[in-house]
Amino acid sequence: MKKSSIVFWIAATALPISAYLLPALGLNEYYLYVSYIVLQYVVLATAWNVLGGYAGYVNFGTGAFFGAGAYAALVLMLTFQAPLIVQIGGAALIGAAMGLCVGLLTLRLKGIFFSIATIAVAIVIETFVLNWRYVGGATGMQILRPPVPLGFETYTQMLLVVMTVLAVVSLAVARYVQTSWLGRGLQALRDAEVAAECSGVPTLKLKLIACALSGGLMAMAGSTLPLYSSFIEPHSVFNLNYSVMALSMAVIGGMSKWWGPAIGAVLISASQQFAVSASPEKHLLIVGLSLIVFVVVAPSGLIGLVHWLRGCLTSRSSTGRLNEGLIKP
Amino acid sequence: MTAFLNVQDVTKTFFGFTALSNVNLNVASGERLGLIGPNGSGKTTLINCISGALEVDTGQIVFEGSSISKLAPHQRAKTGVARTFQIPQPFHSMSVVENLMVPLEYIVHGLIDASNEESVYCEASEILSRVRLDDRRHAHPGDLSQVELRKLELARAIAARPKLLICDEAMAGLAMKEVNEILDILLELNSAGITIVMIEHIMQAVMRFSQRIVCLTAGRIICDDLPENVMANPEVRRAYLGS
Repeated sequence: MKKSSIVFWIAATALPISAYLLPALGLNEYYLYVSYIVLQYVVLATAWNVLGGYAGYVNFGTGAFFGAGAYAALVLMLTFQAPLIVQIGGAALIGAAMGLCVGLLTLRLKGIFFSIATIAVAIVIETFVLNWRYVGGATGMQILRPPVPLGFETYTQMLLVVMTVLAVVSLAVARYVQTSWLGRGLQALRDAEVAAECSGVPTLKLKLIACALSGGLMAMAGSTLPLYSSFIEPHSVFNLNYSVMALSMAVIGGMSKWWGPAIGAVLISASQQFAVSASPEKHLLIVGLSLIVFVVVAPSGLIGLVHWLRGCLTSRSSTGRLNEGLIKP
Repeated sequence: MTAFLNVQDVTKTFFGFTALSNVNLNVASGERLGLIGPNGSGKTTLINCISGALEVDTGQIVFEGSSISKLAPHQRAKTGVARTFQIPQPFHSMSVVENLMVPLEYIVHGLIDASNEESVYCEASEILSRVRLDDRRHAHPGDLSQVELRKLELARAIAARPKLLICDEAMAGLAMKEVNEILDILLELNSAGITIVMIEHIMQAVMRFSQRIVCLTAGRIICDDLPENVMANPEVRRAYLGS
């Protein structure tokens, strides 16, 4: 096993344990809540990057997959009184199947047309849920949570550990995709799709795999929402904000590496949570301006910026490195 | 020489415009074929149909006795059909050697992992030596000159271990010395057993390279003969050579 893999798996084991031990530090529950939201965005941004960053297909339907995951978990809870792990697994499967279907319908489109199609998918699914009385329709549904399982004191504590595990899973998936045959193929098709196809890359198959993985992970992120918030309604769950945030986090963190979106998610969502009480509008302004600055000056995000700076410091040629991992129009 | 590529009655239209009209073409194994014709005559459309980038409307493409008309481009690449592009299409985010890893992984070796990574890397380096690009293996496409980009296109196509290599204006925009350098590489590849179809406008290069020339005009083949006969053909001279 490579040294980097050993480090990754040690960190992957340590993170959920740390999340489990965090309440013992006597921290205010608010910090656990913030950590949960940050990790939720780590999952969403990482999942977005599997299709948007690696393959270059910009998906604006993050909210649709997140919401589908939340409602899938709700249906499993209402119908079968399924435990959380089944809700998560079921949501992931439904998200993956949905990703596959969306991919089959839309992946022959390219660029802005694909992005518009994903917005349309989000609207269609939201409209469907709005009219589905079983899950509360437009008014939403209050969820009566069972007693907190596994010896945790509160749901926030338990779901923080669960979300940490989900974040680790999504990072492991993204890391595998990037470093495996899948990643090389997706990178090739992002750079030059026809040339990739003529070099033996089954582009449609790879895009469908990326769609399914991305959709599955996004839905997984949404699956804990019913238990977490104990209330669910379509307008907030299918919000376009999830898409914009996931995209912004991946762009600002850097799309060429599996850990780039996670860095972006931690920076943006943590600052957002702490800014909410001070001035949410100013935070939105800062995120928007940061996005513009990164897209114009450093489209490869913080990762590319660090590479470029390192290249400058070591006096090597840095031409073009600032654009590493850039999605071309 | 035995025929192994047959283009049979291929027609391709774009929104009513006929780009190829009942084109028939045979290429023999080991042959060096020059494909010429004025701009818009259908040369690139024809090779797009052969490589699978475009589907034919009617007719079929038979390669080594089997129809490949319904195969996707990546499946055709696996049967031994490789191509280069008129405008180089490198994988920008990868280094030169990583560009070659794509066909080596997807066509030749199946999977590259720790067990074979080093040998595949050596193979890629050896291919880069064949096209005289080994000293630029770690460069990124954005840092390459025009001739180096052309060589990268060739190297990536060779990495797929093709039986048939189709070069779409592989010498466009190059100086005469560079044209000769590319020609030498193509001739070496041909002598190693690769059949080559070359689209080119530089007639000196076409004449030096081709054993046979096909001239296409307005989607139809107007001449298919030995180079000297094609050059002497009045219809070719009128339609393409301008005299």
